Parts: sequence; C-alpha cells; structure tokens
Amino acid sequence: MLRKFSIVLVVLLLVLSVAPTMAQDNVTVRYFTFSAAPDHLEDLDTIIAAFQEANPGITIEVSTAPFDGYFTLLQADVMSEAAPDVFELNYENFVVYAANDTLLNIDSYVSGDAPYYPRALEAFQYEGEQLALPETFSTVLLFYNADLFDQAGLEYPTADWTWADAIAAGEQIKALGDDYWGLFSPVQFWEFYKKAAQQGECSFFNAEMTESTINSAGCVAALETMVSFFDTGIMPTAAQMSGVSDSELFLSGKLGMIVTGIWMFSAFEGADFAWDIQIEPAMNQHGHHFFANGVAVSAATSQPEAAAKWAEFLTASEVAANVRVTSGWELPALDQPEYFAAYLEQTPPANRAAVFQALESPVTPPVIERQGEMQDAINGLLTQVVDGELTAQDALDQAKEILDGLVK
Amino acid sequence: MAGNKGWYKWKWVLFFLAPSLAGLLVFIVMPILSSLAYAFTDWNLLSPPEFIGFANFQELLGSSRFWLALRNTVFMIAIYLPLAFTLGLGLALFLNRRFRGMLIVRTATYIPVIASWVVVSLVWKWIFNPSYGLVNYGLRLVGIEGPAWLFEPTSAMFAIVITSVWKDMGFIALLFLGGLQNISESYYEAARLDGANPWRLIRHITLPLLSPTMFFVVITLLINYFQMFAQVWLMPMANSAADRQVETIVTEVVTNAFSYNRMGYASAMSWILFAIIFVITFIQLRLQNRWVYYESD
Amino acid sequence: MNQTKTQPTNFTANKTATYLVMALLIVTSVLPFLWMLSTSFKSQEYILASTPQFIPENITFESYTQLADRIDLPRTMFNSMFVAVMGLTGQLIVASMAAYAFARLEWRGRDTVFFLYLATLMIPSVVLIIPQFILVRSLGWVNTFMALIIPGLFSPFSTFLLRQSFRGIPKDFDEAAVIDGANHFTIFWRIILPMVKPTLATLALLGFMDRWNDYLWPLFVARRPEVITLPVALAGLQGGPRSLTEWNMVMAGAVVTVLPMLVVYIFTQRWFTQGVMSSGLKG
Repeated sequence: MLRKFSIVLVVLLLVLSVAPTMAQDNVTVRYFTFSAAPDHLEDLDTIIAAFQEANPGITIEVSTAPFDGYFTLLQADVMSEAAPDVFELNYENFVVYAANDTLLNIDSYVSGDAPYYPRALEAFQYEGEQLALPETFSTVLLFYNADLFDQAGLEYPTADWTWADAIAAGEQIKALGDDYWGLFSPVQFWEFYKKAAQQGECSFFNAEMTESTINSAGCVAALETMVSFFDTGIMPTAAQMSGVSDSELFLSGKLGMIVTGIWMFSAFEGADFAWDIQIEPAMNQHGHHFFANGVAVSAATSQPEAAAKWAEFLTASEVAANVRVTSGWELPALDQPEYFAAYLEQTPPANRAAVFQALESPVTPPVIERQGEMQDAINGLLTQVVDGELTAQDALDQAKEILDGLVK
Repeated sequence: MAGNKGWYKWKWVLFFLAPSLAGLLVFIVMPILSSLAYAFTDWNLLSPPEFIGFANFQELLGSSRFWLALRNTVFMIAIYLPLAFTLGLGLALFLNRRFRGMLIVRTATYIPVIASWVVVSLVWKWIFNPSYGLVNYGLRLVGIEGPAWLFEPTSAMFAIVITSVWKDMGFIALLFLGGLQNISESYYEAARLDGANPWRLIRHITLPLLSPTMFFVVITLLINYFQMFAQVWLMPMANSAADRQVETIVTEVVTNAFSYNRMGYASAMSWILFAIIFVITFIQLRLQNRWVYYESD
Repeated sequence: MNQTKTQPTNFTANKTATYLVMALLIVTSVLPFLWMLSTSFKSQEYILASTPQFIPENITFESYTQLADRIDLPRTMFNSMFVAVMGLTGQLIVASMAAYAFARLEWRGRDTVFFLYLATLMIPSVVLIIPQFILVRSLGWVNTFMALIIPGLFSPFSTFLLRQSFRGIPKDFDEAAVIDGANHFTIFWRIILPMVKPTLATLALLGFMDRWNDYLWPLFVARRPEVITLPVALAGLQGGPRSLTEWNMVMAGAVVTVLPMLVVYIFTQRWFTQGVMSSGLKG
C-alpha cells in the first residue's frame, strides 16, 4: 500500500517534470510581436512559411500581443529570464532595453549586405553596437472621409492646413447630425510630444536631460490646442464613444477626420465610403511621427544564429518586403526604391505620397530610462485635463514635478 | 499509539510532515521574510538590490498615486461592505425558510461565486457599456439616461462595487446560512410559546445568536476586499479616465512590480497594505465584545 | 421555521411574495450569464444594437471560430485542467499527511510548528506575489507548469481544515489497528483518510475552483501558449487601441471558461455548500 502510494507520487513528479520540456528535434525560435496582431497575422504566416522553407530545421513560434499590453508582457518575460528569442521593439523602448544589456549585438551574426536605410539602421545602434535591425517605419497622418466632406460642401484638406482649418471643417461635419463627429485625434503621450513639436517651442526636457521643461508656455499652448477639439464639440469623449474604438467610428462613416497611423490602410480598405489621406495640419510648423520598429535578439537566447537569421529575414528579405508593401502593413526600412514605387501605386488611399511628405518633418519621442512611468504619469494628467479637473498649466506643472523625480 | 518512541516516532513525524513543512518554508515563509527585506531596497531585478533604508516608505507616503489608490480602496470598501453584508444576510434569512424549490434558488445564487473573476469582470464590463449594455438600456426604459459607468472614475467604482456585491452575495449568504443552522430550534419554540411574532424572533433570537458569524463575515469581507484585483484591473475601459485613475493598492503593487520593475517599492507597498489589514482586524477583535454574543459565555 | 400561525389569506399572499422573491433572485443571478451566452451567438453587427436582443435573430457560431483562431482552445483547456487537477491532488496529499502529523502523532514542538502554519495564514497573498515571483524566476520556472502548480501546493489552509477533521476521529480506531500490527501509514491511508472523505471532497472542489479561476499569479508566470490558462487567455482577448473589441468573441471565450466550472458545480454543489458552511473560510 505504501508502494501504491509511492507510485502515485513518482508518477506525479514524473509528469510534472516531463510535461514542460516536451522534447523537440529541431531549433525553435520564439518570436514576439505587436505589429502583426490582429490585422496582419496571415501576412506574418506567409513570411514565416517562406523562411522555414529556406531554413529547414528552424521553426518559428509566434506569440502576439496588442500594442497596449505588449511592453508590460515583454518586460515581465525579460525580467523573469524567459525572454523570447526574437522580439519587436519600438524606438523608445529600444533605448531602454539596450541600456539594460538585454539585447544581443547582432553585428557578427548578420551578413551586413542587406540594403537597410542608413538612417533607420543608425536608430537601432547603441554605444556603437548594432543591437537591433530596423524592421519598418511608419507615421501618422490625417485620414478623411471624402464623402462627408462632399456632403458638407467642404474642400478636401490640403497640405497647408493648420489645426484651425481642421476645426472649422470639423464643425461643418459635426453639423450634419447628432451622431456625426468632426475629428478624432487622441489625447495621449504620443500625440502630445508630436503636437508639442508642431508647436515648436516645447520640449519635455532640457538639453542635458536633467530637468523637465514640460510646463513651458509652448507646451501649455500645444496641450490647449489638443483639448480644444473637445471644447468645440467636434470630437467625441470616451464616454460618447462607449467602447467603440476610434477606427471603428471612422469605419462606420460618421467621423470626418481621424489622426491615425498608416498601418490602418488595410483595415480601412473595406470602407463603404471614399477616403484619402493628407499630412497632418500644422501648428507653427509641421511635425510627424517617425515610428521605427526594430527587431532585436535577446541577449539570453540559446540559439543566436537561428534567431539572427530570422531577424534578418524578417527585416530585409524580398519576401518580407513584398508582403509588407502589398498588404499595406508598414513600410520596410529598406533603401529599395522599387518597393516604394509599388507602394505608391496602390489605392486607397490615392495620396500615398503624403506618407513620404510626412517623413520630411520627423519627430521622435523623448526617451528616459523610466519610460513607462513617464508615459503613465503624463497620460493620467492628460485625462484630468480632458475631464476639466485640471487646467493645462496645472497639469503640466504637476507633470514637471513627476518628470524631475524620474530623471533624478 | 503505535510505537511512539525515539527514532521510530521521529521517522514517522518526518515522513508525514517533511513535504508540507519544506514546501511551507521554501514557498511561503522564506518569501515572506525576503519580501520584508526587499521593502528596504531599490531593486529593478536587472542590477543587484541596493539597501536604501526607509526611502521606499518615505516616497510612498509622499506619492499622490499611493494616496489615490488608498482613497479608492477605502471608498469602494465603504460602499461594498454594508451593501454586501445586508444583502447577504437578507438572502440567508430568505434561503433559510423551508419552502419548495429553495434549493434551486440557493444553487442559482451561488453560480456567480464559482465563476472566475475574469469572466465576471468581462461580462459585467459588457453589461455596463453605456450605449449597448443592459444596465443603461434598463435605465432608459424608465426614462433615465445612465452614466458612462466604466469610463469615469466615480461611476466606474460604483460599477465595480455593484459587480462585486453581485458576485459575493451567494458566498456571504452561505456563511450566514451556516451560522443560522447552528441556532437551536428550541429557542424559537420557547419564544413562540411566549407569543413572539416572526419579526421579534429575528430581532431577539436570530440576530444576537448570529453575531459571531456576523463578526466573522465582516472580517473575511474586509480582508478579501482590500485585496481585490481582477475586477479593478480589467473593468475600466482602456484609455479612459477610469482606466488611469481607478487604481487600488493591489493594482499599484502589481504595476510597480511588473511594469516599472520597482520590486523594492512594490514590496514596501504590499507591507503597508498588510499593516492596514492587520490594524483593522485587530481593532475589530478589540471591539467584538461590545456586540458579539457568544452562547457559551 | 417562520411559518407561524397566520391567517389563510395572509398565507397565500405570503406564498406569492416568496415565489416572486425567489424568481427575482434566480433572474438576477443567472441573467448576466444568459446575456453572455446570447452575445456569443451574435455577429458583430447585431451586438451594437441600441435595443438589446435576448434571443439573437441570426444565431451564428462565427465568434467561436474566431475565438479558435485567436487562442489554441484544446491546448489552453488542457493546461487549465492539468494545472487544476495536478494542483489539487498534490495539495491534498501534502496537506493530509501534514494534518496526520499534527492530529494523530505526539511530538515535542508540535504546537509551535502548528502555530507557524496558522501565522502564515494571516499574510495576505499580495505580500507573497513579488517574492514568490522572484523565487520562481530564479528557479527558472517561469512559463512552466511548475510555476503554476508547485507554489500553490503548500497553502496551510487545507492542512488546518484536515487537522480539525482528523481530530474528530476517536483514537480507538488507531489503537485497534495497532493491535493488528498496522503502521502509521496504514492507519493514515486505510482508516483516517476514508473517514474524512467529505472534507477531502470539499477541499478538492475548492482547490479545483481556485486554480481554474486564478488570474493574478498565472498572469505573470505563464503567458506562453504552451502553458497559458483560460482566464489569462480570455483577459488577453480584449483589443488594444489598434483593434476593435469583439465582444461576441470575448463572450464566447467567457462561455468556454465558465462552462467546465459550471458543470463541475452543478454535479457537486452539495459538497461546495457543505464545505463553505462548515469551514466558513475561502472565497
């Protein structure tokens, strides 16, 4: 009986120890991405299939997370020494991960003849080492519903627009009906540092990064412009949208203009109205996001060769580039004009040239080591301004205090 | 007892106790002690911990986010506790009646208890949707324009409390039911002979004899609710004011530990929560002889 | 017990009122789940209707196929089931053995050690989560079943409850067995355990429920597809700013998560209620 009992115990222990390590013959590279979910999962599968055919013996195992939760999850993985072999990073997080020695220097693992955009390649260097490969770049533009502009008897947005023009047009569209809205431009960290650049006299920190200057007059003016979209009634509050996302609202045909990323092209393809894009209206000058995504290999990976091979294939291969261009994902960070020619030919939107126009005034985010805390703090304060609990000046005074503490 | 002498005895003690005691020491006692040590360090898990004395506690007491989280926690408990307690007690008194089909009611009211908090949070998040949800639809039927619930901090906290009461009511009722069934029928019979009406039976027999259970329920609810997590983590709508402001101490601990890598600071916060729970429980224990009636006394 | 002598008319009114309250209670408890079920069978365009439809006009399974695309359902279900069953089995073995040492053996220091068990019961779980995470991480257990199962095995609660039950068994039983030449293991396995089957059943069910529903701990130690459990996968279905929240799919996920627990409950609800009422603990 004691024997029977011991057998149960032994079986229990065996199952426990075997189950997690079910053996595999060939190499598995785990890849973690935010840019593929949920609209481009099939496109990613196409790239993976091509890679696995070219590299028998390497299996790519994908996990995805929406951008919202991606970095919390990645961080927990890295902290728990369970980092994926290969993962996507945006520029600001690249700096944080690079500074913490969590990325592999891939110089020695890649061929070096891939035609990356020099500027994009440089963005992912840290202290002279290539710690990630540039994958894509993208930007944010003004998307507009041409049918609604026609209905309101308005001219389409031009490259010379300022935000005052956008608000005026938004008011006309809002006047079409109760459930119509003029404009959606989110009030959050990423929009704020960009609008700050459009304002021209606002930067979050002094040049030495020792003190925050986020409560300067320029920053207050930039924030006030953002909040004025609500005050004029052309932009719905979160409650008025009741859980419908901004892109859903645009797709429903009830929203005149939306400020969103070029990665939404494919999601908007099926819209049953005519739409196009234009560069963002200016404040005192133009400013557009320069979002560069990179692909990094974990410093802790057990198979650096296979991982680097996948990272290079994903960023530089012809297959990957073609898939990205034809599916309207993001733009490959490659210096190959023929890819862009193909990109420009596609419609909608007709005015794809605006994408490249936008990149003439690139804005990159402020980056500090405690990035997550900075973003959460600013987002929290922006919400309070939107809700009218704080004035722009008060909120940014508080933000300065918090940011000073974070760079101390 | 079977040969309880010398090595033979200790061999058996070791055999039965070792797995449990070793596990307890490694997975519970040691972590508790090390957590106390972490609270005095600055540690991001990537570089070695650095001893910083009481700096974490000082920072906590000066942090507006911590006070916001504490205020939210207390606010929600202040609504939750009386509501859950009375409804749970009422439900128990009702379920205790001998009536055909009561078992079905008891089974039904316990379903929310066995469902996971993730399921309950998501289902109610959908129900509280201001435009397409059931709650505001119901309110519209009676001519009220409902609030934006999970978008605004205050209404979101009410929504979270309503959901919590709904989920916990069956559990609380069951605790009370256990207490009710321990009350001897003879008390009621004696009182009925004296011509007491049902209300007086409840007032003068049921409630006093139930007071130990009530005491126990209050303590259990307080301890549990101070630690609520999933509903606060999942229910507020993403990117809304509620999302950014409805934080409780536990969600702050989790955010600091797992999003900001601040293990020391988060540990300090968890110990403050423990201290709060401990003090409240202690006060309750002290106050209990003012209102709790033990039959054997 | 409240059926005191009342007048007949009053009695019928009372009866109707009771039935009304009963119906109300059932509806409030079950309605949210029915709404979840109904939403999961609707297509996206019917969800966003300002007049809710309880019985969907067009029943469709599209949200379930969508769900199956997003998460590996069989694998996730297996993970949840595996973790719950292994966890509760291990916990019962460990706890009942310890309870035997506390209840049926006499040794020096017993009360001190038992006090240690009781003392750890007082520490809230939020204090434990950070150091346990760090421990599990240094053991290399993150994203393995070990992390999901092992740390939960040693909850002193079940030891405490089993000790109470063991103490209720008269010593005559063991003494008779000793005369027949039985050792402690035989007594434990053959005599004591069979006598506390109801307590074991209750603990097994509560243990199953705790693990099946757990969210906070798995969220940070098991997110890879090969070990992810249902609640974590379900909570991950909500869309970020780039995607839309597909409520029909989320509700389908909720149905899949809650159904197994519901089936277990319906068939064993007697043990659940008994356990809660006798122990009075456990949420």
